[in-house]
Amino acid sequence: MTNNNLKIPDLLNNLEIDLKIIVAARKLNDPLMIGIHSGGVWIAEQLHPRLKIQEPLGVMDISFYRDDFSQIGMHPKVKPSQLPAHMEGRDIILIDDVFYTGRTIRAALNEIFDYGRPNQVVLGVLIERDGRQVPIKPDCAGCTLRLPAGQRIKLTGPGTLGIEIQSINNVVTAV
Amino acid sequence: MKDLQLNKEGRLKHFLTIDGLNKDILTEILDVAESFSTMPAQKVNKVPLLRGKTIVNLFFENSTRTRTTFELAATRLSADVLSINIAASATSKGESLLDTIRNLEAMHVDMFVVRHAISGAGHFIAQNTAPHISVINAGDGQHAHPTQAMLDMFTIRQYKKKFDHLNVVIIGDILHSRVARSQIQALNVLGVKEIRVVAPKTLLPQNVESLGVKPFNNIEQGLEGSDVIMMLRLQKERMTSALLPNEREYFKCFGLTEERLKSASHDAIIMHPGPINRGVEIESSIADGSQSVILQQVTNGVAIRMAIMSLTMQSKGDVS
Repeated sequence: MTNNNLKIPDLLNNLEIDLKIIVAARKLNDPLMIGIHSGGVWIAEQLHPRLKIQEPLGVMDISFYRDDFSQIGMHPKVKPSQLPAHMEGRDIILIDDVFYTGRTIRAALNEIFDYGRPNQVVLGVLIERDGRQVPIKPDCAGCTLRLPAGQRIKLTGPGTLGIEIQSINNVVTAV
Repeated sequence: MKDLQLNKEGRLKHFLTIDGLNKDILTEILDVAESFSTMPAQKVNKVPLLRGKTIVNLFFENSTRTRTTFELAATRLSADVLSINIAASATSKGESLLDTIRNLEAMHVDMFVVRHAISGAGHFIAQNTAPHISVINAGDGQHAHPTQAMLDMFTIRQYKKKFDHLNVVIIGDILHSRVARSQIQALNVLGVKEIRVVAPKTLLPQNVESLGVKPFNNIEQGLEGSDVIMMLRLQKERMTSALLPNEREYFKCFGLTEERLKSASHDAIIMHPGPINRGVEIESSIADGSQSVILQQVTNGVAIRMAIMSLTMQSKGDVS
């Protein structure tokens, strides 16, 4: 398959524009940006200055909230979440690299609510692909994509970000 | 015996002793515990990892700190916890340990946390319990206290970052101490530069060097240039013969005092598994002083027990 649509600078630009529209339309007040470990953090690091957000970027590892712990166990490289203690009543921009089944976002929302009841949460992702399994959907995406089952998208980083589409047979890369 | 703790993929199934566990496994426990240690920032101080699991604390020996931190750890993992008061239970009516275990198994529990005065009690239960149940040793006789050792390693890493350059000295009743045995094993696996033990000859095991330590009978020599000072409690309840003249004499020769502390590194940390006997093994002002990390150890006890509980439960049903 071709990857002409998967240029990271373009996807980031699209996402930035959409997020700015949403921030204005939904009147987000002093928003806190949170990236989901690890790809979501890399994307959030790019967006954080572009959206001129004052507060340091929050980092979230959702390993302890996953719904597949009893099937596959602990994620091998779990990292501490770095979130401010006061999230009660906050406006939050949640960032991830790839939206697929929606289960990661379900876990992330649960973790956020354990820190306090946010005012609103906006979800932005670099790539939204098909395959949702729970009724959760991003508010905006750098692009949407249909992929055959058995293929997955992986963001590589953190230096120069790249996108790999992995399947059993081949690995296609784009930067 | 060593394989009992691991499933066929080499992951933790039970946590009974440090013996037989490699550096990767110990480091994974420390890393997972580090993630749990940031949780107090959360308003809801819980994660849903062990939701629907039932954990039974079986304490055949008294303990406040260890039992409480295990209960807190289980609660923060969203497990249901039963703490059984053995003194008032069927055991005192003559029920055997195995029958007690069988009855609890019949109630569909998922984990036993066991403290027992007899060495090997945890192994015995692990060998005889249903395959889906994990067993954690919370101290068995004079054998091992591996969760205490791991919270000590976590505390050392918190303050010293790395292990390889550290001179660690363990002072006190090495002979009766399951804590010291587990600490020495963990420090060896994690690869500290030197482990010293300081005690009167009567409180050192024979051939103590074979554990990979350097013995000292003089506390000043043992403290010289040390980075981590691990004190032990004088275990009067385990002393069956006259191993010591008296407590005052012990403090005079082996107590950690301000004066003696000067021979250690200026940034040495002072640890103690508790409960501390002020004026017996440690001067009161040191226990409360700026180099003491004794209360931090207690705090870390919760995170390390959360890590060990969740890592053993992830291989549930996967029998080695």
